[in-house]
Amino acid sequence: MGESQSRHLLGIAGLERPAIQALLDRAAAMQRRPPEKLLAGRRVLVLFYEPSTRTRTSFEVAARRLGAETVSVTASASSIEKGESLLDTVYTLRAMAVDAIIMRHGESGAPFLVARHVDVPVINAGDGMHEHPTQALLDAFTILRHKGRIAGLNVAIVGDILHSRVARSNLWLLSRFGARVRLCGPPSLLPAEFAALGAGIECHHQLEPALDGADVVMVLRIQMERMREAFFPSEAEYVHYYSVTAERLRLARPDAIVMHPGPMIRGVEIGAEVADSPQSVIREQVENGVLIRMAVLEQLLAPAEAAEKSA
Amino acid sequence: MNLILQGGRLFDPASGRDETGDLVIQEDKIRDLGPGIAAAGPGVLDCRGLIVCPGFIDLHVHLREPGQEYKETIESGTRAAAAGGFTAVCAMPNTHPVNDGAGATAYLIQRAKEIGAARVYPVGAITQGSRGEALAAIGAMRRAGAVALSDDGRPVMNGQILRRAMEYAARFGLPIVEHAEDLNLSAGGVMHEGAAALRLGLRGISAESEAAMVARDILLAERCGARLHIAHLSTAASVRLVAAAKARGVPVTAEVTPHHLTLTDEDIRDYDANFKMNPPLRAAADREAVIAALADGTIDAVATDHAPHAQHEKAQEFSRAPFGVIGLETALPLVLRLVAAGRLTLRRALDALTARPAQVFNLPGGRLEPGAVADVTVFAPQETWVCDPARGFSKSRNTPFAGQTLAGRVRHTIVAGRVVYSAG
Repeated sequence: MGESQSRHLLGIAGLERPAIQALLDRAAAMQRRPPEKLLAGRRVLVLFYEPSTRTRTSFEVAARRLGAETVSVTASASSIEKGESLLDTVYTLRAMAVDAIIMRHGESGAPFLVARHVDVPVINAGDGMHEHPTQALLDAFTILRHKGRIAGLNVAIVGDILHSRVARSNLWLLSRFGARVRLCGPPSLLPAEFAALGAGIECHHQLEPALDGADVVMVLRIQMERMREAFFPSEAEYVHYYSVTAERLRLARPDAIVMHPGPMIRGVEIGAEVADSPQSVIREQVENGVLIRMAVLEQLLAPAEAAEKSA
Repeated sequence: MNLILQGGRLFDPASGRDETGDLVIQEDKIRDLGPGIAAAGPGVLDCRGLIVCPGFIDLHVHLREPGQEYKETIESGTRAAAAGGFTAVCAMPNTHPVNDGAGATAYLIQRAKEIGAARVYPVGAITQGSRGEALAAIGAMRRAGAVALSDDGRPVMNGQILRRAMEYAARFGLPIVEHAEDLNLSAGGVMHEGAAALRLGLRGISAESEAAMVARDILLAERCGARLHIAHLSTAASVRLVAAAKARGVPVTAEVTPHHLTLTDEDIRDYDANFKMNPPLRAAADREAVIAALADGTIDAVATDHAPHAQHEKAQEFSRAPFGVIGLETALPLVLRLVAAGRLTLRRALDALTARPAQVFNLPGGRLEPGAVADVTVFAPQETWVCDPARGFSKSRNTPFAGQTLAGRVRHTIVAGRVVYSAG
């Protein structure tokens, strides 16, 4: 992966810890002092093959705050059905003088394919079940705001781990920074091999031990759209065993924070009272997303200028 | 016309012959072979320092013609075969249309003869259109020259239909070649199910999806007395099943591909679809098991499952790209790599490319002896070359070995006494 990883942001798995730290630091600096419009005159393509509200908007806001122009293309299912390949679509759009491509795609690895074939930075805004690197970065940023550290924290990630790109990006980042990551979900959505993906990763098939003494509780949605087979009997049964309710949250540390990457289905994976509790930092995650995405865009599109400004 | 292969290392795995000498071909047959039997003169190929062995026989290739000539043709495929040292290839029937009748079977043989590179032995479909519903014209295909039956590319999911096919095919002595995959267990999968697939976020094809089908097929073959051949066997669990079946005398054979002998699921990098095939690259323990099984004969033959696809088809999202890699022109060096690593004797390696596959499908060739067909391969075992698919004979370039330095190079390929390929 080496060559491609420095020019693009394709995933957390290929990022060294110092590179992650630099992005987190830069986002923190931007929170203290709004950044300059270093990307004035640049054009960023926001190419989404999957529906998204918050991630797409967040990237657009981040790019514009840095002065860039954004071109948003939402590829409907019909344009795929017409038969144009991903690469042909990207070549066409690249020809319209874009300086970077932010892309979301339903198939794992699609941004890697694009990155191999274009000469501009590619930012992965979520690919299939693989990675969602800016989500993990904003989650780490949010955890740092509240806990001041990641090393040594107990982080529970609860839900549909198998189909979750958020879980994968987070487990790589958190494990690399020394957290103990407790993955939790029904066995059919949490294969045991997940424990082999990083240091300090545990797999739990029961919620209570996963929440016990947790510093951070990250709740994930059940991705019905990625399930063709029966992974569990019913939503009601999932709620019975895995919904993070106020009562169950009491097993976590009293100062535990609750996170959710959205979209959130109240009453299913998370109790409404938990989502609205003071422990919930869900809305703050959204704000932090813009900061992180600004840091990423600046680092990939104007690294020299950014270094100069911060010096 | 005579041809003399002079001064090579005559290596015949079937008889155990391994000596420096000459091999004399008269017309399309081997006339004689041994030390110092031929003088220099016209029609002599200098084979000093080279290994002279029976022509390789590939039990499993996809020639794509008719219907997908942009991927491969009988001509480009048989020339690629010759360049890889294969004097005969068995053509799978999943063309468009499917080879499920005498006409298509006869066409393949006729066309290959016109081209005059490697021989082509057609494998006929088990079921009409390989749809898994009704038996294809088995007897007619047999009369036209089919050497085995397979719905390769897909399994015969309905066990009762496979049983009927086995019962019927047994009358003709035709092996049933199964692409062993329980489609319910593998549904939606694009690579081996394991930690690597979890890391890449790709849907898995479990080892059990293959082994469960191998188990079913062995039970049915045992009941029917049919010849069962397991295509591209890839898992440790399947190896155990085949070993146990052979031990109790079930007439089952198996093949393994060079890529399953060489690579694992951990080798898939950057979602390069040139590493995507079915069965998928398996876990390291599976690779170890198939190497050991090839060495001890549990797996009979090396077969390439040469599966050409156009570049634009492979340059897609990993999940959308078609399964399959080409393999004819890289098979020899990959097998020799196991010899160099001490995992396989040279005799067993060449046996798995020559005599054993000939026995498995009851084909001519596979031996160096007076009177045998003059299908001979001459190669330089140590010569290194860099795999550049753009310079290959196949129309397609979908190989995971591009850019690798390979040791072992085919110098001459001789079919029926005619040199059909010589290295430039």
